Amino acid sequence: MRVAWEWLHSCGGCEATLLDLGEALPPLLRRLEIVHMSLLHDHRYGSDSAPEIPGADLGLVSGGVAFAGQQRLLETMRRRCDLLVALGTCATHGGIPALMNSRGMVDGLDGIAGSVGIDPDVVEPLERVHALDEIVQVDMVLPGCPPDPEQVGGLLTAILDGREPARPSRSVCDSCPAIRTGERREAGVKRFCSPPEVAEAGEAVGLRCLQEQGFLCLGPVTAGGCGMERGPHCIRVGVPCRGCLGPVGGQGNQMVAMLNILASGGVDFRTVLDRRGLLRFAGAHGRLRPGKGKKR
Amino acid sequence: MITITPLTRIEGHARITIRLDREGNVADARLHVNSLRGFEQFVLGREAEEVIRIVTRICGICPWMHHLAAVQAVEECFGVRPPPAAERLRELCLLLAHVGDKILHFFFLAAPDFLLTDSCRPRSAFALLQKYPELGGEAVATRRLAQEMLERVGGRAIHPVAAVAGGFSRPLAVRELPLLRKQARQLLDFSRRTLEFAGREVFDKLPAGDRCLDRIRTGFLGLVDRRGRAQFYRGRLRLVDAAGMRSEEFAPAEHGRFLAEARQPWSASGFPWASCWSSGFSLEDDNDGIYRVGPLARLNVAETLATPEAAAALDAFRSRFGRPVQETMLGHWARLVELLHVTERIGLLLHRDDICDDAVWTAVRPGPGRGVGCVEAPRGTLIHEYETDEAGRISRADLLVATSHNNAAMNRSVRSAAAGLIRNGRYSEEILGRIQMVVRAYDP
Repeated sequence: MRVAWEWLHSCGGCEATLLDLGEALPPLLRRLEIVHMSLLHDHRYGSDSAPEIPGADLGLVSGGVAFAGQQRLLETMRRRCDLLVALGTCATHGGIPALMNSRGMVDGLDGIAGSVGIDPDVVEPLERVHALDEIVQVDMVLPGCPPDPEQVGGLLTAILDGREPARPSRSVCDSCPAIRTGERREAGVKRFCSPPEVAEAGEAVGLRCLQEQGFLCLGPVTAGGCGMERGPHCIRVGVPCRGCLGPVGGQGNQMVAMLNILASGGVDFRTVLDRRGLLRFAGAHGRLRPGKGKKR
Repeated sequence: MITITPLTRIEGHARITIRLDREGNVADARLHVNSLRGFEQFVLGREAEEVIRIVTRICGICPWMHHLAAVQAVEECFGVRPPPAAERLRELCLLLAHVGDKILHFFFLAAPDFLLTDSCRPRSAFALLQKYPELGGEAVATRRLAQEMLERVGGRAIHPVAAVAGGFSRPLAVRELPLLRKQARQLLDFSRRTLEFAGREVFDKLPAGDRCLDRIRTGFLGLVDRRGRAQFYRGRLRLVDAAGMRSEEFAPAEHGRFLAEARQPWSASGFPWASCWSSGFSLEDDNDGIYRVGPLARLNVAETLATPEAAAALDAFRSRFGRPVQETMLGHWARLVELLHVTERIGLLLHRDDICDDAVWTAVRPGPGRGVGCVEAPRGTLIHEYETDEAGRISRADLLVATSHNNAAMNRSVRSAAAGLIRNGRYSEEILGRIQMVVRAYDP
């Protein structure tokens, strides 16, 4: 199977997960022919204005789309690849870089480049950061920031074997090891500036539900699957979920859903200072816009 | 105009343009960084303790470094010092992250240039794994091992969350120690063999022309401890000049008195320069303000390394190449000396009595302040500077990353390599490959 992997408005974390497959990588690579992947393989576009990408059975794209050049690359990938997968939360929902959408790309970058500016042939910003499916048709998604190596390996193996990849539809809470009592003591939301209660030091099993302890935890409104059978990565070390995998089932608005949960539990949601920050992984699809809402 | 786009096997997005004069010789050459996400802008107004787990996404290859530089800075804003055990655990994670990164960089980004023959193109990490299944397989397995150790200590290897304002989110359980110590011995063993293998099969065989692809002379910057030994997690910054004669030493919080940042419209990355030594920024060869960061810089500024085997390896390196070493390509060798150092140090940390202390987190009260965090990332010095408002929200953010510290030097390296290799308009795929090799020694 010929594979092309393009990275757009991304950090390289999704690509690193491929190498983190460890011993499972060499046998997997024997079944793949990687024809394009800038991080690990020398293939060049020829030109940035009309980039060339070799034809492939499978195209993986990580990162969202924030620049005109990235849009051209994505459109080329779509043309050259039979099956196109949005890999990682930046590709599926915008990810952290889409926080810029509260500001707007042009204004935000002006704030950095100042009076000198940046030539448009270096970066030519679009109005905002997009998820891939806002630009082209996407055949499959694998959110995660980054996805676990086994999830990336599992996706590739499933495609090779002609199977439908497994996709969790439930929330982070469903695989959370924290202990829930159904009782909430705080009327407001606490900032994560003091240690949560644990029954036994160093044991996630003894952790009381962070939401019930009064911390903000996006577990209830976030797609499950991170950490796989080991349980959610962050909560396992006693740190609340911030929504890495985007909304449950891939749709919906994590901010609205979370504020609803707080309000229906009698919690004063105005104690969440950065409410729009609840969309910190899912700010594409027009969810974060400049000036929308009272707080950024 | 020759354009190399994208520059491959680097951690980042960049391209090279080379302008030839009428005779076909190099008039100018530039490295254009063409990625910019704007973290300094979109962290503004957010709770500082949250930003510690947002800025990790600046780099998926070195997220721990951003995580830790940020937590240091935020703690300074809030006026709190973390408990000693938290500091040890953070340093342990930082060093483990260096291991995985150095393996990635040497074996999968750089080594295809050294170990694959000229006819083997396109070069790639995958071709290397095919041609050297045993070596490549071991490198992949050892990187995975380092990532697993990171998960054991800090929960997540990529995009960590365990460093919290005031400490570390959970102590290290005593029952984890035997396995971690055994794994640390495996890492050390791999580092020793890698340095030995690379010395024999890569560096000793490297043609003189490839060792000196570029000819630039710059200053160097890196973190050191009070005795001048290289430090990775906290320390003082030491800046030395190209001749190794002049040096400045300062707390990271004072960086603004010594360093300034210029901008050029043709790169999305800034160009920091040593304003204490030069009256203005330029990319000219005679500008004293240009310095480099990263493995070569760290070994050049340090008196020695604090672990015995790595100190001996550094002595051997110096007796052969002197100090400071200017040859960019020797940065790969320096990287493997550092791999030995960090794996030795990981073993030492795991044998400290206090590594499993329960007291890892002091509660913090968000408030106004200014803070500077500084760690050594794989590619070099990383500085995060923040100011917070009354509610402890970020009101100013200034991030100086390794890529930007090296930006001016990388541009000079590319120009120098291109000028040496392209004559009378003649160039080949092989020559363009060599020009890219010099950037891979930094890896933006």
